[in-house]
Amino acid sequence: METRTTSLTTVGARNSKRETVTEENLQYLTFNLAGESYGIDILRVQEIRGWMPVTKVPNAPVFVRGVMNLRGAIVPVVDLRLRFGLESVEYTKITVVIVVMVRSEQHGDRTIGMVVDGVSDVLNINNAAEIKDAPDFGAAVNTEFISGLVAMDSDMVMLLDVDRLLSIEEMFALENMRGTESRSVVAHAS
Amino acid sequence: MAIDIGQFVQTFFEESLEGLDVMEAGLLALQPGAADLEQINTIFRAAHSIKGGSGTFGFREVTGFTHVMETLLDQMRNGRLEVTGEAVNTLLESVDCLREMLVTLREKADIDEARVEELRTQLEQLLKQNEPAVGSAAPVAPSPQPPVSLQTAASPKQPAPDIPGWRIAFRPHPDLMHRGNDPVRIFRELSALGELTTLPDYRRLPSLADLKPEDCYLSWELELRGDASREAVAEVFAWVEDECDLRIEPLTESVSADEPELLTSSDLPEPPAPSEPSAASKPPAPSEPPKARVSAEEAQQGELVRERRKSAERRTSMAAADSSSIRVSIDKVDAVINLVGELITTQSMLSALGVDFEMGRLDKLHEALDQLDRNTRDLQEHVMRIRMLPVGSVFNRFPRIVHDVSEKLGKLVELRISGEQTEIDKTVIEKIGDPLVHLVRNSLDHGLEPPEERLRQGKPETGNIMLDAYHKSGSIFIEVSDDGRGLDREALLRKGLESGLLKPSEEYSDEQVYDLIFHPGLSTAKQISDVSGRGVGMDVVRRNIQDVGGNIQIASQAGFGTKITICLPLTLAILDGQLVTVGQDCYIIPLLSIIESVQARPEMINRVAGRSEVLRFRGQHLPIMRLYELFSAKGAVTDLQKGLLVVVEADGRQIGLFVDDLLGQQQVSIKSLEKNFRRVAGVAGATILGDGRVGLILDISGLVRINNTVL
Repeated sequence: METRTTSLTTVGARNSKRETVTEENLQYLTFNLAGESYGIDILRVQEIRGWMPVTKVPNAPVFVRGVMNLRGAIVPVVDLRLRFGLESVEYTKITVVIVVMVRSEQHGDRTIGMVVDGVSDVLNINNAAEIKDAPDFGAAVNTEFISGLVAMDSDMVMLLDVDRLLSIEEMFALENMRGTESRSVVAHAS
Repeated sequence: MAIDIGQFVQTFFEESLEGLDVMEAGLLALQPGAADLEQINTIFRAAHSIKGGSGTFGFREVTGFTHVMETLLDQMRNGRLEVTGEAVNTLLESVDCLREMLVTLREKADIDEARVEELRTQLEQLLKQNEPAVGSAAPVAPSPQPPVSLQTAASPKQPAPDIPGWRIAFRPHPDLMHRGNDPVRIFRELSALGELTTLPDYRRLPSLADLKPEDCYLSWELELRGDASREAVAEVFAWVEDECDLRIEPLTESVSADEPELLTSSDLPEPPAPSEPSAASKPPAPSEPPKARVSAEEAQQGELVRERRKSAERRTSMAAADSSSIRVSIDKVDAVINLVGELITTQSMLSALGVDFEMGRLDKLHEALDQLDRNTRDLQEHVMRIRMLPVGSVFNRFPRIVHDVSEKLGKLVELRISGEQTEIDKTVIEKIGDPLVHLVRNSLDHGLEPPEERLRQGKPETGNIMLDAYHKSGSIFIEVSDDGRGLDREALLRKGLESGLLKPSEEYSDEQVYDLIFHPGLSTAKQISDVSGRGVGMDVVRRNIQDVGGNIQIASQAGFGTKITICLPLTLAILDGQLVTVGQDCYIIPLLSIIESVQARPEMINRVAGRSEVLRFRGQHLPIMRLYELFSAKGAVTDLQKGLLVVVEADGRQIGLFVDDLLGQQQVSIKSLEKNFRRVAGVAGATILGDGRVGLILDISGLVRINNTVL
């Protein structure tokens, strides 16, 4: 078995053949967002860096803050609060960007940064049975990118499926939908 | 020790494909009836190394097929088979077939065996044609004789039992001995193979006054008796192969065996003629049109592009071993190594300065930084040059295409190529191949008139197609021109009006009318031919060229010809950029597309139809595009008189881009925005600025297009 480093910044995007194995030790990086805890598969995390100003991309969805320079690669940065439709907050010293690898069938692997309020811990799950399916909240809550729930002491951690959450195509589709909605609102108003 | 042979396979494919190019060029240069021995030798050598290589890597189909070709070539080389136009055509087709085989093998796909088999039969038929001629002339040994002689040529490893030895005509070039080769040593080696008699030929010997002691003036007729194989004999001459004229023939003694040898050369010209239609000329005829039609259609309907993409996909799905490579001349690599050496010197100079720096040495620091700047620039330039390939690698395929197509169309064409040494980025080279083929085909089919018509018009019977490449002001220009009938302005205009693309009420410039040929669905060809005329294609050509950041222009004069000029960027990876600000953001405009920057005065700006603004600039009216509006930027200057208007040009159109301010100029390396994100309208890519932030590079032709659609 490979030895896994727990140091957050050095966790590379290693081969994720583990994903299919259930008996094994699963690790999730947890972070805070608007008082809630979320977790993402640690093998998808490439690095964690402090917030740095990004370059705005014209006509991109609102939650895409812009693009940043990640050692020569151009990486889009998504504000997760805005992605979830939450209030955006001022970025502080502990605001971090988690750089993750996002897989997509058609477009191959992409590297995308996501802005969160702060990282908290690495969550070890020894038994896959600890992960519960996300309950159906009905149409009110969009759960399609929540892959599961884990109870942590008094807390609850929502495990996120980054491939769905950060799919560029889906984000643009969403934006277009919003765009037409807001436009139709304007049309009504006038 | 196990050697991973796999790593060499890629090299084999590359070298073999190069070998095929050599063969093709050689075959095209072959004059039927008056074949140049050296030329045949070159072709033979190329075929031979492909055969050898394929044998090593176990590509048995390739080995077998090349073997037959080789046999045929060998017979030609020995003068036993005449070089006919038909044989050359069959060999050319075989080269195509071999190329396909290699490509399919590289992609690990299945070979089209039927085609291989068909061509192979044709080749064998050509070989067999030789037989009846021999057989009928030498009734003493009717059928067994030719196969034997065939076999000796075909599989030289087997000793030929009924050949008593070899007759070798050895005629060294004068400079043979300069390379340290000595005929005496060769003879000594030969005599080890059997009984050797030498007959020197003194005829080339000059008078004593003119004699250069180091030159070789003698030639020899050698007779080697014994059962040495042809290969063993050839082996002895391996070192001097290129420095002498060599002919190795089986030694013949008895009259019966000697006769066919003589007769083959004298009788051959006649017998193949009657047997031609039945035996070998028929098969290629039916096989050719379908193939040609398919390729023409493919090019026209973009099938080729799709096909390419498919194979590209297949390729990417395969291991990295399949990544493409380039051959770089040693000079270029040496230049880079030298520059790296200089860079290291500069670096150590800087670190020495940095150890205990004081303000008094500021001058030295500046000096070192200047040097670093120069080094970096030089290094960048030279590294880019590694990617550059001479455009000749694209032009090389045209003699063949012109040869094939002109024959099919019954036109006389002379192709002139110049500027093939002009170097272009490899990616650009790959992209312009197909468009160029299309343009040349068009010139052949539509541009050039048939010989009779040319004569009637008082033009020389043979039409000209010119391909030229040259550098000009930071771009590369490729011209395809012909002296044919030129574009039919009236017909184009009519088509344009019919399809509603042009309005009858308006006057159109030549340029606007000629531009119609790039419009999908428009063709002025009177009839659709195999070669072109479907009206699909020119739009694909233009799109392909725009994809690599180039543009295409047409000049034409009725009755005198057409010239199509393609303008391409020197490289795709780096560009000179002008930094501009729009609100808080910084964008880069490619310097090459900037005409001028002006501060607008109120009288320069007109409003058209209440909304769109127009800049009056040097007698023209240019649409103004407010970048902050397009990019929905906040905090930007909105008063036209306070900001700046950058006049840019793309696709022959100019627009004024309204920006807040100009910053510096900088060379920027283009990074992909699409890799991790997606394409953004009006943005060509991104780059890293001096302060480490990302800057977006504007796509000027994209902006021009957006401007057109908005208006």
